[in-house]
Amino acid sequence: MKQKTESNNLKELTIQSKTSYLNKVRAFISDEAKKFGFSDDEVSKITLAVDEACTNIIKHAYKNASNYPIHLRLKARNNTFEIMIEDQGMPFEPDAIKMPDMKEHIKSYKRGGFGMYLMKSLMDKVEYKIQPGRKNRVILTKYLQ
Amino acid sequence: MSDFSIKVRNENPVHVLELKGYLDAHTAPKLEETFQDLINKGHHKIVVNCNDLSYISSAGLGVFMAFVEDVREQKGDIKFSNMSQKVYNVFDLLGFPLLYEIFKQEGEAIEKFNSVQSE
Repeated sequence: MKQKTESNNLKELTIQSKTSYLNKVRAFISDEAKKFGFSDDEVSKITLAVDEACTNIIKHAYKNASNYPIHLRLKARNNTFEIMIEDQGMPFEPDAIKMPDMKEHIKSYKRGGFGMYLMKSLMDKVEYKIQPGRKNRVILTKYLQ
Repeated sequence: MSDFSIKVRNENPVHVLELKGYLDAHTAPKLEETFQDLINKGHHKIVVNCNDLSYISSAGLGVFMAFVEDVREQKGDIKFSNMSQKVYNVFDLLGFPLLYEIFKQEGEAIEKFNSVQSE
């Protein structure tokens, strides 16, 4: 695990694609979100969204293989808290994944699809930038009100 | 150091799972094993006491979804109790209160199983 600070408002963390590092990711994000001025409730939301993004990368982009990098870059300036998460795993087509009607989804006892739904519900903006064969990026943004 | 633990308690005919710590994609397999073990032994009435559960992500919620249909087919259920507001918020966001009964106190959840049984 590598962590570095490039300037006052740009911080980075690189982890291996192992679920045992999720607690480090949560600690990093919650510390920074707190410092930025978010309420405890908002800090919890941001932390969960980032956990879900990293979990999706480990499970889907890297298919649970544990020796690949996940790179997080945090930009926090003005009222914008932006976390860019990058991997080099399997590309995917975010637009092809339909957001489920959660009521119907859970009534049919489906167990997947919650992660992306949570990310979109918890953050103000979720953007994907996919470069097939090179890298995938998801950018999660929350605005400080 | 493990940041998640489960204690199983027999409150015949109900089994209570006391969850403690952080339930995420890393620790969810432990919960999955515990559920599988209970079900293999024929225990289908399960109360999940969340009093000491500090955190839950969708990986944890997925475990309940994986087993709830099985236990209900066997006339059992998974009910929840003692949930913090923070954990409840995640359940609520996904509409889980529509699918699961959530009680303030563990005793109420156990009582609900017992009252249904005696009907």
